[in-house]
Formats: sequence, C-alpha cells, structure tokens
Amino acid sequence: MWLLLKYTLLYTCVLMLVALGGMFSERSGVINIALEGIMVIGALLGVIMINILNAAGVHPVLGVIITILCAAIAGALYSSLLAFSAINLKADQTIGGTALNLLATAVAMVIAKRVNGNDSPKITYSSNTNPVLNANHFSFQIGPLTINWFLVLGIVILVAAWFILYRSRFGMRLMACGEHPQAADSVGINVYKMRWAGVLISGVLGGIGGMAYVVPAVGDWNFEQGVAGMGFLALAVMIFGQWKPVNIALASVFFAIFRAMANIFDSIPFLAALGWPKEIYNMMPFIASMLVLAFTSRKSRAPKAEGIPYDKGSR
Amino acid sequence: MADYVIEMLNITKEFPGIKANDDVTLQLARGEIHALLGENGAGKSTLMSVLFGLYQPEAGVIKKDGQVVEIRNPNDATALRIGMVHQHFKLVECFTVLDNIILGAEPCKGAVVDRKSAKKRVLELSERYGLKVDPDAKVEDISVGMQQRVEILKMLYRDNEILIFDEPTAVLTPQEIDELMEIMRGFKKEGKSILFITHKLAEIKAVADRCTVLRKGRYMGTVDVKDTSVEEMSRLMVGRDVQLVSAKEEKTPGEVVLKVDGLTVPSKVHKNDAVKNASLEVRRGEIVCLAGIEGNGQTEFVYAVTGLEKPSAGSVTLMGKDITRAKIRDRSKSGMSHIPEDRHKHGLVLDYTLENNMVLQRYWQPQFQTAGFIKSGAVRTYADGLIAQYDVRSGQGAVTIARSMSGGNQQKAIIAREIDKDPELLVAVQPTRGLDVGAIEYIHKQLIAQRDAGKAVLLVSLELDEVMNLSDRILVMYEGEIVGEFDPKTTDVQTLGLYMAGAKRM
Amino acid sequence: MANKPMGARLGNMKSATGTLLASLLCILIGLVVGFVVLLVLGAVTVAQSGESMSFGDLLSTTWHSGFKAILHGGFYANANVMGMGVRMEILQAAPLIMTGLSVAFAFKTGLFNIGAAGQYTVGAYFALYCAIMLKLPWWVCLLASALGGAIWGAIPGIFKALLNVNEVITAIMFNWIGLYAVNTLIYQAGTGPMFNVNTTKTHTLAAASPDSMLPTFNVGNYFGNMFKPSIGIFIAIGVAILVWILINKTTFGYELKACGHNKEAARYAGINEKKNIILSMTIAGALAGFGAGLFYLSGSKEWEPLVSTILPATGFNGISVALLASSNPIGAIFSAIFIAHITVGGGFMTAKLFPSEVADIISGVVIYLCAFSLLFKGSILKLLGGKTKEAKAVKPAKNPGKGGDA
Repeated sequence: MWLLLKYTLLYTCVLMLVALGGMFSERSGVINIALEGIMVIGALLGVIMINILNAAGVHPVLGVIITILCAAIAGALYSSLLAFSAINLKADQTIGGTALNLLATAVAMVIAKRVNGNDSPKITYSSNTNPVLNANHFSFQIGPLTINWFLVLGIVILVAAWFILYRSRFGMRLMACGEHPQAADSVGINVYKMRWAGVLISGVLGGIGGMAYVVPAVGDWNFEQGVAGMGFLALAVMIFGQWKPVNIALASVFFAIFRAMANIFDSIPFLAALGWPKEIYNMMPFIASMLVLAFTSRKSRAPKAEGIPYDKGSR
Repeated sequence: MADYVIEMLNITKEFPGIKANDDVTLQLARGEIHALLGENGAGKSTLMSVLFGLYQPEAGVIKKDGQVVEIRNPNDATALRIGMVHQHFKLVECFTVLDNIILGAEPCKGAVVDRKSAKKRVLELSERYGLKVDPDAKVEDISVGMQQRVEILKMLYRDNEILIFDEPTAVLTPQEIDELMEIMRGFKKEGKSILFITHKLAEIKAVADRCTVLRKGRYMGTVDVKDTSVEEMSRLMVGRDVQLVSAKEEKTPGEVVLKVDGLTVPSKVHKNDAVKNASLEVRRGEIVCLAGIEGNGQTEFVYAVTGLEKPSAGSVTLMGKDITRAKIRDRSKSGMSHIPEDRHKHGLVLDYTLENNMVLQRYWQPQFQTAGFIKSGAVRTYADGLIAQYDVRSGQGAVTIARSMSGGNQQKAIIAREIDKDPELLVAVQPTRGLDVGAIEYIHKQLIAQRDAGKAVLLVSLELDEVMNLSDRILVMYEGEIVGEFDPKTTDVQTLGLYMAGAKRM
Repeated sequence: MANKPMGARLGNMKSATGTLLASLLCILIGLVVGFVVLLVLGAVTVAQSGESMSFGDLLSTTWHSGFKAILHGGFYANANVMGMGVRMEILQAAPLIMTGLSVAFAFKTGLFNIGAAGQYTVGAYFALYCAIMLKLPWWVCLLASALGGAIWGAIPGIFKALLNVNEVITAIMFNWIGLYAVNTLIYQAGTGPMFNVNTTKTHTLAAASPDSMLPTFNVGNYFGNMFKPSIGIFIAIGVAILVWILINKTTFGYELKACGHNKEAARYAGINEKKNIILSMTIAGALAGFGAGLFYLSGSKEWEPLVSTILPATGFNGISVALLASSNPIGAIFSAIFIAHITVGGGFMTAKLFPSEVADIISGVVIYLCAFSLLFKGSILKLLGGKTKEAKAVKPAKNPGKGGDA
C-alpha cells in the first residue's frame, strides 16, 4: 500500500506540475499541445546535468537544485519555439505544438545517443553508476513512505499558481488575454507579452514535470519512448480540472492513481490475481481520461480566445 | 482661434486594398460635443482607432492642446486622458463588472490587486454620474445597456477628459438613448470633450455642437449643427439626395404562410428560456417585422423557425405543414429562404468562390449534379446569371473568393441566392446591417418586391427607421416574449421604444 | 468581362505556385537545419576524441558520411546494393502517401487527424490477423486494414460530433489505447498465436500465408536482384487520385469542404455537419489503416509487440506529408516520397557518428515551418509581384473580423 501511495504521489506531482503549466499557457490564449515534448526536453537536460554534476563532484543538495533549474530553463527555451510560432508568426498552435512533440523525441534520441557515444538512447543515473549525485537524492523518507522533492515543489507551485491567477495583477491580465485579447489590448495590456509569459511558464513547469517523471522513479531512462504520453495526460487533467488550479490538483490525483496501478499491479494481491497483462493498466489512464472528457466536455469552459492567434490589426 | 483640445490633421490610414482615411482632419474644441458623421464604411471607426492608438496612420499629425503627440498604443491614449467606448464592447465576459473597469489600471497593494479600494471608487463614480451598475455581477449576466455603462465607467475611472463614443446608440431603446444624451450633456458641463460617432442625423441634431462629415474615407467638412439642416448633412454624408422612405402600395395580406405557435427556445448562455411562448403569423403579401433590442430573443426565435436550433415547446407551421422538427434542408425545400443575421458566420463560406456560394442551398439539385458529381459548367452558368441579374460586383466574377468581396456585395450575393429560390417565406434578419445607403436602398426594394409578388416576409431589424419604413405589421419582442403588435401607420418610435424596453406591454 | 476568368485562373496559378514555393522553402530550411545538426554532431565527436580537424575537413566528413546519404536517400551508392535502398524507399513511401492522405482528408473538413498513428496500428493488426490467422487473400486483408483504421478513426469523429470533445485530444488518447491493445492482443504474454517467440515478432507472411502478400513486380535487373517491390505504391497513387476526385469533383467533397471552412454556414445550408465530421474521420482512419495494410502485407517487415512501445512514425510523418502538400492529394504523393527519401537516407549515415533520427529532426522542423507557411506564401506572392489581385485576397483572410465598417 505504501508503494501505491508512493507512485500515486509521484505521478500526482508530475501531472499537476505539467497541467498547471498548460493552464498558464491556455489561460493566456495559447493551446499548448507541446507539453509532451517540453517534458522530454526538460527530462533530457535534467538527467544529463545529473551526470555532469556527478562527474564534477558537486554537493547533492546543490546538485538537485541546479539540475531542476536546468530542466526548467530547458523547458522554457523549448517552449519559446512554440511561443514564437504561435504568437509572433500567428501559426496554427496545434500543428506547431505537434511539430515540437515530434522534434523533441528526435532531438532527445540524437543527443542521448551522442552522450552515450553509441547507438543506445538510454541514459543511466542510478546509484550504481553515480556515487555523488543520482536518482535517490531526489527523494527522502518519512517512515515507510518515499517522497520526492518535486512533490514539495509542486505544492508550493500550486499555492503560488492559485495566488497569481486570482489575486495578482499579472493573473488578471493573463486571463483577460485568453478570454478577450482585444479588450485587453484596448486597455493597454500587451497581449503578445502576456502570451509569451504564459507559454514560458508552461515551459518551466513542463520541463520540471518531465524531470519529475523520469528521475525519482527509476535509475535510467530510454529516450526512445519520450515520456510515454504523460504530457497528453496532463492536458486531459487540465481540461478535467477546468483550467483552475485546485481542480487541476484534484484531477491529477485521480489520474495518478490509475497511472500508478500500472507500476504496482503485480504487488497488489487482488489485482495480481486477475492476471491481466501490464498493457491493460497502461491503457487505463487514457481510457479514464476519455470517459471523463466525454462526460464533462459539454459543460467545459475553455478560455474563449485560446487557439486564436491575436492580430493587432484585426478587430 | 478656437481652443482645440484634440486636433487630427491630414490623417491618412491605408489597409491592404483600401484607403480607410484619406487626408482627414478633425478638430475637437474643449468642452464641446462633436459628432463624427458618415455612412458605414466611411472610415469613422478607423479614424477613432487612430486617435486611440490602435492603428498608426501613414500620414498626418495628432495634436493635444496644441502640442504634437504620438499615440502608439492605448496606454499613450490613456496617458493623454483619451477614452473610448467601442462599438463592440471590449469587455471580458467572465470577469466581474469591477474587474472589467479596473483591468489595465488596477490599484495594487504590493503584488495583490486592491479590489476593495477600487470598488469604493467605482461606486462613487457610479453614484455621481447616475450610471447604475452592480460591481460584483459578471458581465455575461448583465444587460447590454448596463454593459455600456460599464464601458463609460471605464473611461471615468481613468479620469479621461476626451470621451469617444463609437455608435453608442445602436444597442439602446429610444428612452435609453435620451438618457445617454443627458449623460453626455452632463459630461460636457463638467468640461469634458466628447466625440460622438454616428450615422443617425436626429441624434446629432439633438446633442452635438459641431459635426465633421466623412464620405468614403474622405473629409467632407465640419459644420455647425444648429445652422445646418438635416438634409444638408445627409447630402454631405451620402453625396446625393437620399430617398430612404420606400414607396409601397397598399395590399391586403392573403393566406397564412408561416404560423408560429407558443414557441419556447432555451438559451445557450443563461438558464432561462431565450424565447418564451411566442406566437405569430405571416401572410402572403405582407412584411411582418420583429422589432426589439439586440439580445431579446429575436436571434433564437429565428434559429428555431429556420431549424438552426431546437425549440423546447411550441410549433412552427409552413404552408399548413408542421415543420417544428424538420431538418434545415427540408424547410428549404418546403419554400423557406433565410437571409441570416451574420453573413460571415452563416451566410457565406468565405473561403469558397462566389459561384460555390451561389449554389450553397441547391448544389444537390439535379440541375447541378449527376450521381454525386458536381456539374461545374452548370454551376458557372447559374452563378454568372445571378451575378448579372443582381449586379453583384467582385474582382474576378464567379471565381472570386467570397472573403475578398465588400460587405455590400456579399450581402447582395446572399440575397440573390435566397430570392432566386423563389421562396414562399423569406426570413430576413438585419439584412442591411453595416451597409452603405446605396446597398440599403437596393435591399429594401428587393424585400418590398417580394412582398408585392405575394410572398410572406418576416423581417427582424434593430433599426427602428427600417422597421417603420418597411413593415406592414410590427411585433415587439422583449426578453423572449412578444409584448406588443402595432400598425406602423398608427404608432411612433417612442411608443415602440417603451415596449422594447419592457416598460409597457399589451 | 471575357478576360476575367482568364485573369482569375492566372491568379489561382500564382497562388498555387506560391504554395509550392512555400513548401520547397520549408524543405530547404529543414535540410539546412539537418546539416547544421550533423555538423555540430561531427564537431562534438571530433572534440571528444581529442583530435583536431580543420573546418573544411569537418564539412567534408559531415557531407560524405552524413548529409550526402540523406540527400541521396534510397539511391545512396554504398547502401544501394542490389536495389535495397530504392526498394525500401518505395516500400515506405506507399504507407506514407496513405497516412498523408489521411491527415490531408481530415484537414479538408477542418479536422486535425493526429490519430493516424493509432489508426495505422489498428489497421496493421486487422491486416495481420486476416493474413496470419485467417489466411485470406491479400486484397481482403487490405480491405480489413482499412476497416480497422476506419473504426479507430470514427471514434474521435463520434466524440467530436456527439460529445463535443476536441478530436485532437481523443485521437491522441486512442493512439495509446490502440497501441497497447494491439500489442497485448498479439503478444498475449508470449502465447499469442500470431506471435513468434523465436523472433519476438509476428510470424512472417512468407511462412504463414503467402497468398496474403501483395503481388510484386520486377523491372529486371535495373536496380539489382533484390528490387522486387510490391504493387503497394501503385495502389497508393491510385487512392490518391480517387481522393482528389472525391474532394474536388463531388457533392460529398463540396459538403466536406464547406464544413471545413465554415461549420455554421454548412449547417445553415442544410448540410449535416455532424454526419460529415464522423464520415470524414472514418474515411481518414480508413486511409491510414489501409497504409498499414500496404506496408505489412508487403512481407518486408513484421510487427514487434515488444519493441513497439512507440507509436509508428509513419502515422506522424503523415502530418508532414499532408502539410507539405498543403492537403492536396496529388501533392501528398510527392511529399511522401520526399519524407521516405530522407528517412531511408538517414539510416544510411555512418551510425556511429550520425544517429538516423537526424532525418526525424528534419521532418519535425518541416512540420514546424509548415505551421506558419502561410506567412511564407504571403511573402513569396509579394516577391512574385504583390500587386496582383490574388495577393490582396490573401491578406484579408487574416482579419476575418473586418466586415462592413472599415
């Protein structure tokens, strides 16, 4: 049971971080379907930094902070490609995002292979290979329960996201840009700037989320599989959470339970007794998300102007 | 030399393909109400957008208090204390009234928006100028009139001294218009200067001191309102004498073509019904007009009659046949034509060619297809015929992309298509919205010709002049209910206004 | 008056030229990016090995052991022993044409079919099941693959039309569901009847059901003995022409495009837009599934349920194909051949130096650029003489809100 809790918490924080990122982007009016790719890039840079800092012999605490920062920066840089095409060039946001998803996997494969110097896209950062800084340094124990630092970070970010969105001037303006950019423009808000901010925040959170997915759970990662649809699940979480921070947090717990079952079904007696193959459990979060969307989408209230490029010239 | 608070000198603004403003000059004296008159498409809104910093002009200068200023964005305009009520309100619907008023000028305590002090200030302003609003209501829940008050409060909250009103009366009842004029006079008394954009001459006569006239993007001159007759201003605006009162012969209506009984349509935006138990009849040889303020259920009523939305109760009968649940295509086959309210949303596939739009309602007829293959020759011949007959002008004839055509010609194309179907019932919703006088005259003639040919016409219009001028019977709709029926010969605009505002009902 | 249609045709031609040039520009930039990536990879390798190399030598190495292979594609000399390379290119082009058509077809109805990968997967399963288990003739297997894809394509269509769920989200979710389902069904913990434990793949068609393999053709020894490609490429080209006719010449195509351009106007015209959405996605799915049939019934590759935890790239490359072709079915033939060309070429690079995924990077960059290729088109048209009427017609398209009052 502790194991179920551990994995549920692990995936909750991943989904929540990434979905909150998506929320900021979409609240500003940019559909961010590239979250999956942003996660891949964040995770890639994160694990590479772990290995570099391990070799450099950095203190683990410092190492953890630096690697997370690197993942965040990598995510932000990568998301700026989306921002540039969607905001400045007024490109189709879904197509641009799809391109970035495909590009991310290809880039990650190429870089991972080069880092390894062979034909394997798998990067290892376990305690066996990394004595100074490895995957274990990202978690701590409370009694029998393993908790990772990303969860702590996630909760802080959740509170901050709520505050920014509903209490700060920035949040108010951001939401105005996603709902009615012409109105925002007419009161002197720079819609382009706000949308850039929204997308960059999603990049930061997506990058951290990617690393949170890859690092604390396992000691090596094969970048051929990207992040296996986690970014898309985060999109479903965001929609299910109706673009609201607290709802997103609850939705991520819901999805995380399904996702966690795939990891541990064989250690839970009654699930193991069913004898279902692992793939069934892998499928579950996706099926769950479709069921949830089917029942909620009619009432769903997306930011009104999301997906529509803002053109100053038009009215 | 008068004391000008704003001068816009020799402004030129071009868009791809058109010169929206060509060497236009406008001088606003301190403390006056200055009307900006012109037809739809004359360049009024463009000129004001230039003043408000939304567009940059290609040529010309703007002076504030005699100093040349550069207005690159609305922030610059606000800094110069220029404010604007846009024709299409710029309000975030899911925000509260308060948030909309302070957006962009939020008072902050540290990083936190200080809504408490903002609310106090808004309530003060609201009290002082008699602009009643509920600061905590969401904009999507309040009436159009209150939304306009929110827009005005936005300007007052920013201490603007130059107030631009872009076509503010289009959405108001005659009584609300009077109120607005009173508020404008109040602003004038406080020393604020007002720019009032309109194409309605009576309103200019009622409230403005001076009037600048634009025609097709050009400056036609500035006149003193009290020394100039309505006819003179109209001539300046249009360039010729206008005969907007269409002649039509007396006719006795024939049999009932459309019968609507107890129609109720649920709303998509709020929980109440948009149309409540509405009944009417339209007979051969008459134009029945559904009048009312925008958003009182006319749109939903038409949607239910034409099949775009499903009613929750009631029945629609066309030529004795119940079509309440009929498909749109079947209604069309039974003799209903529909000139839709929004020609871009419903009326045209903008990225289709003109010829493909001409057959939008009948591409499936044997005339245009065999075994599912479109006969492109037949389509071309048919479209060319309609283009010639209805004088639809476009760059490349039948193969012009509809999007590149002017609004008037797009509307003409729709009217050609719908009338050529030779319908029993023509439903025309705001058929002249946004068009210039020439196109309006043409469309009015076509509608009357349909009536004279013994067809039934159901007209929905927000323009009371059009309502009074065209219809044989007027029904007023208020909050989804039909609250009165009138004969245009025995009623007047003021009476209609009382019913439209819900102050009276039969 | 008589001259007008002529002038218009000229305008349309100019617009088509602009579209073509924009696509070529996307390809060019994509290739340049690919070259730069190779160059950087080369430089990194050199730096790691501690050797020093002049920039000229580096350029030459990058060119000879990397980029040249990509440019030459299946025709790359070293790899083209006995027609292998060309055969691979043709083999890959056929399903790519189909997934490209799938995405393009949905685009015409205003839908983004990101689910081609999942439809392809299910189509592959249907084809292989009919072949390996039922031993049906090849053309039945092909139809079965289309059916499988159609079912998987219809689902996002139904979700969109009836439940108002964005088709992109549904398609993404069903990509994964389809992948896991197919792998489970084939593998069945190693006991699946279609699964060959020794190879960890499905049984080869040559062994299991030779009748289910697509017929091959031979053009003599021109490309070498191994050059015996299946007729798949011709079938794909034939389907592309059929799709072109369907879209441009029929009332059904008229309705689909009307829905794509303006759903509300289509409804107003009495077109059942929900039916059209479902039909469009179903057909798009059938096209993608059919592509999988063409690929797996060629007998050149087997499904690998253990390795295939990754969605088939052919599905996603269909997006590049469709975008490069501006959704023109005939154009999809050429853009599919291009994508197959660089993908095959990527595999021929010296793997130790240059990972084959560089080709995927080029493909990704191309999609990214295609997302705003309208912008390229605008500037190209301006260069071609911006004062034509067509150029003007392009501009207002960007501000649809610009109605009567200017």
